[in-house]
Amino acid sequence: MAAVPNLIPALPEIFLALTAMTLLMLGVFQKVDGDGQATARFVSYLAVIAFGLTILLVVTVGGGRKLTFDGMFITDFFGVFFKILVLIASALTLVISQGYLKVQGMARFEYPVLVMFATLGMMLMISANNLISLYLGLEMQSLALYVLASFQRDDMRSTEAGLKYFVLGALASGMLLYGSSLIYGFTGTTDFGAIAALFNSTAEGGPSVGVIIGLVFILAGLAFKVSAVPFHMWTPDVYEGAPTPVTAFFAVGPKLAAIALLLRVMIGPFGELAGQWQQIVAFISIASMVLGAFAAINQTNIKRMMAYSSIGNVGYVLIGLVVADEAGIRGVLIYMAIYLFMTLGAFTCILCMRRGGGMVEDIKDLAGLSRSHPMVALAMAIFMFSMAGIPPLAGFLGKLYIFMAAINAQLYTLAVIGVLSSVVGAFYYLRVIKVMYFDEPTDLLDRPVSREIGLVLAGSSLFVVLFVIYPLPLLAAAKAAAQALMGG
Amino acid sequence: MYTFAIFLPLLGAMVAGLLVFVGGEDEERRARMDRAAQWSTCGAMSLASIIAMFLFKEVALDGNPYTVELFTWIDSGALEVSWALKLDSLAVVMVLMVTVVSTMIHFYSIGYMHHDPSIPRFMSYLSLFTFFMLMLVTADNLIQLFFGWEGVGLVSYLLIGFWYDRPAANAAAIKAFVVNRVGDFGFMLGIFAVFVLFQSVNLDTIFSAAAGKADATIQVFGGEFHALTVIGLLLFVGAMGKSAQLGLHTWLPDAMEGPTPVSALIHAATMVTAGIFMVARLSPLFEYSETALTVITVVGATTAIFAATIGCVQNDIKRVIAYSTMSQLGYMFFALGVSAYSAGIFHLMTHAFFKALLFLGAGSVIHAMSDEQDMRRMGGIWKMIPVTYALMWIGSLALAGIWPFAGYYSKDTILEAAYAAGSGVGGYAFWMGITAAFLTAFYSWRLIIMTFHGAPRADERVMAHVHESPKVMILPLIVLAAGALFAGYLGFEYFVGSNAAEFWGNSILVLPGHDALENAHSVPLWVKYLPLVVAGAGIALAYVMYMFAPGLPAALASSFSAVHRFLLNKWYFDELYDLLFVRPAFYLGRNLWKTGDGAIIDGVGPDGLAAATLNLARRAAKLQTGYLYHYAFAMLIGVVSVVTWYLFTRAG
Repeated sequence: MAAVPNLIPALPEIFLALTAMTLLMLGVFQKVDGDGQATARFVSYLAVIAFGLTILLVVTVGGGRKLTFDGMFITDFFGVFFKILVLIASALTLVISQGYLKVQGMARFEYPVLVMFATLGMMLMISANNLISLYLGLEMQSLALYVLASFQRDDMRSTEAGLKYFVLGALASGMLLYGSSLIYGFTGTTDFGAIAALFNSTAEGGPSVGVIIGLVFILAGLAFKVSAVPFHMWTPDVYEGAPTPVTAFFAVGPKLAAIALLLRVMIGPFGELAGQWQQIVAFISIASMVLGAFAAINQTNIKRMMAYSSIGNVGYVLIGLVVADEAGIRGVLIYMAIYLFMTLGAFTCILCMRRGGGMVEDIKDLAGLSRSHPMVALAMAIFMFSMAGIPPLAGFLGKLYIFMAAINAQLYTLAVIGVLSSVVGAFYYLRVIKVMYFDEPTDLLDRPVSREIGLVLAGSSLFVVLFVIYPLPLLAAAKAAAQALMGG
Repeated sequence: MYTFAIFLPLLGAMVAGLLVFVGGEDEERRARMDRAAQWSTCGAMSLASIIAMFLFKEVALDGNPYTVELFTWIDSGALEVSWALKLDSLAVVMVLMVTVVSTMIHFYSIGYMHHDPSIPRFMSYLSLFTFFMLMLVTADNLIQLFFGWEGVGLVSYLLIGFWYDRPAANAAAIKAFVVNRVGDFGFMLGIFAVFVLFQSVNLDTIFSAAAGKADATIQVFGGEFHALTVIGLLLFVGAMGKSAQLGLHTWLPDAMEGPTPVSALIHAATMVTAGIFMVARLSPLFEYSETALTVITVVGATTAIFAATIGCVQNDIKRVIAYSTMSQLGYMFFALGVSAYSAGIFHLMTHAFFKALLFLGAGSVIHAMSDEQDMRRMGGIWKMIPVTYALMWIGSLALAGIWPFAGYYSKDTILEAAYAAGSGVGGYAFWMGITAAFLTAFYSWRLIIMTFHGAPRADERVMAHVHESPKVMILPLIVLAAGALFAGYLGFEYFVGSNAAEFWGNSILVLPGHDALENAHSVPLWVKYLPLVVAGAGIALAYVMYMFAPGLPAALASSFSAVHRFLLNKWYFDELYDLLFVRPAFYLGRNLWKTGDGAIIDGVGPDGLAAATLNLARRAAKLQTGYLYHYAFAMLIGVVSVVTWYLFTRAG
């Protein structure tokens, strides 16, 4: 019998898994009175607390580099950084979902449980150190997300979104698996460290064609998850169709995990091949930035607009990956942290768009928001300005670090295209502000805004505004995380 | 604990700022919010000023200066900037003065603004202004100083344009902002030059390195110049803008379009003194440049006389006081110019009290006269508002420098120091100062007589309504009047007298040889008494012209009509600038807009680009068909093309 592996590094994941299963049991066996709303709310808040405890565990286990499960699972400072962000994203998503779930009559305890399993998958992705564990984490996350996308079962759009996401996601998984099997076939190992060592020793001959094709397939599979062009087609449809809090979750949690995974795979095992994949990533990055900027202009639905915005944002993030040095990675980490708060904040504002009890999601429905909800409008304006990259808001600094890294690495083309597309992108962000503040309102949106939503809005907008005054903690953390990745 | 003195106003501003949004339509709810805003800001300010008093005792009287590091702000290469509060004697004098005067103005505003529909916004601006001013005076590096500097500039823009539905207020706000931008540009260049020379913007680092750089040179436009002179002159341009010195002064009188408490806060007590403070704060740099000091002396002395002449013929009560402020700032600057920094700061402090008193007193008069500001339509009201009348007397006596009021101590010290400097420019400053002192006394009593005495010139409806201001306005005035009475006597020994060296500690540097202030105590007797004599003469002349021979001013104005028009039009500065800068800029702008931008650039550029963008956007959106197999197909095409591209580039 094999020795029991060291469980300590995986403690947060184990805790989260056990809690999720416990909460599932709790929901199943709880006596339901009425429509089960009380149970759902109860389980949701327990889940939020569980996320908080998991963050504590992640911090306690710490950032030292540890391997376990025969090297399948790794914890390091890079992982800690992303896990904390993912957990924050999941917890905030649950908090802002409550009102929506209640209004739409879909408050069921499965929702928080699914979010927890998806989060667990994300944490496994972040800690993956082997092609097998990578695939397991990714699938665990995706399966939960497929269900979440179609959570509003009686809504056509929601079910369609779930189905589309599932079919295309399966295709992407297939590509990923095919790529992995090619890599295994040509290298004889699935362990990240072993792959990296192999490329180190055979550097002079260059990698074989099979490995490169395998790499392209893996890249395609991961690009699907971060919704980079040309693997982005699902994004607008799924964003629009899925229930809004689920969309908010899609926009941050999986993006964070997939970016973390992408960084780890590209810099880790395939770091030696940087010269080979940089061109591909650069192409994907440019295509994403340009498409994200241009296609968003014509959108009338704000969730679709946010979908294109997230595509564009991934384009900027990938610039950091192309740079592939410490400054670039640091830029990506900072950008993702800021992106988390901006995007969640913006979706929280979208969740406030309710009229006559139902949700509305057209951009023109925001007209007159500055009068009916001055604070929400102000927060939304802050997020939009920040996304458009107006100094001194956080979004500007995020872009600044990425572009600076690109310029220092003499990737002028990428930096210039990035700046130009963010100029185009500013158009549709500013249009939202214009609609909120200058257009004549048709019907005013419902008041008041619930307390939890107000808190999340206040917190995230304060972060975006005040980041410039005290940016050092995040900068230092990102630097340490980037060093952990580059050194590892 | 002491840092609360700085951050309480910010807290008050934030609370009041949030209250702006929760007012709503309901009258009663609005009134409640108004009261909440007034109480939170006034409470925070009162607390801040109490803490400031303890701080003053700890740092200045007990001599324990220290620096509070809050946290690192920017860390980029050689540029390392922290948020830090440098609390030395100079800073705490300013902190005390700013918090106390500002607290009085906050309370006064409760009464003065009580008809206004947007009270929380006003109170929030006032507190925010105070916070930025405190940030400015406690800055421990030039970037933070600049942060406070721009902050007060911004809030002053908001406050001057507070009644944004009045075109004149908007124009004045823009003018203040733009003119200050010119000065700030100089200030910024000065900061850059400091960084080039010292590789640091931290004040302590700069100061300790300044002596070593006394002979350094810097390249400007291909020429070699004495570095500290270049820096000093650039920084002084900034100070000129903020402190409304000759050339960049045109915004100050127009800024009287703001509500009166604003005029008092910004244009008397605090913001305009930022320039004085900055020069005094950077005394270790200015000391090494004779040229810069000479320029400061000449500009200051010229401004003092220039503004005083204009003040003599203005008819708007607030404008008279505004010009008097400019003139007094000129005094402070030439004090700095002759290295009598502490005298300049002393006058700054006393002036803050009596000028705030005068402004708020004028506000009280305007309040009583149903918002009338023209002195030609006042008169004969002194029996109806006796308290205001008495307070205006105190303020004017202090301004004119009559013993034992505050102005006597500080202004005399400045004039004596100018005389004792013994240099040509010192002499120039002395005689200009004496003349200005005469004019100061003259226009102050012209103001008092025209406003309060003689036959009533307002219509009956206004006269029937004349009333003393409520207690909440009068009490702050009394506190300020106490300052105008005693600040000079109490402060004299500490600021410029025998305890001065101990009091200031290391916060001000005066090189040996620049001993105008020490010599000021041993000037001839006639120098000591001359200011008092000319002030008395000025008062007497005002009585003769406006009380006993009321026909005289008109006769003088008509027989010297050219001079009178010249003064009435403020030496034609506005017209000159209009001709030189504003109209050419408009002309250029209109041309560039109509032909350059509209026809050429827009046609090809933005409009063309926008059309192309929209076209692209439509195409991009069309790609999104909604069919699953299209999406899957796109993904496969993507993979295939990337693999193909890859194989080809590798093969080739």
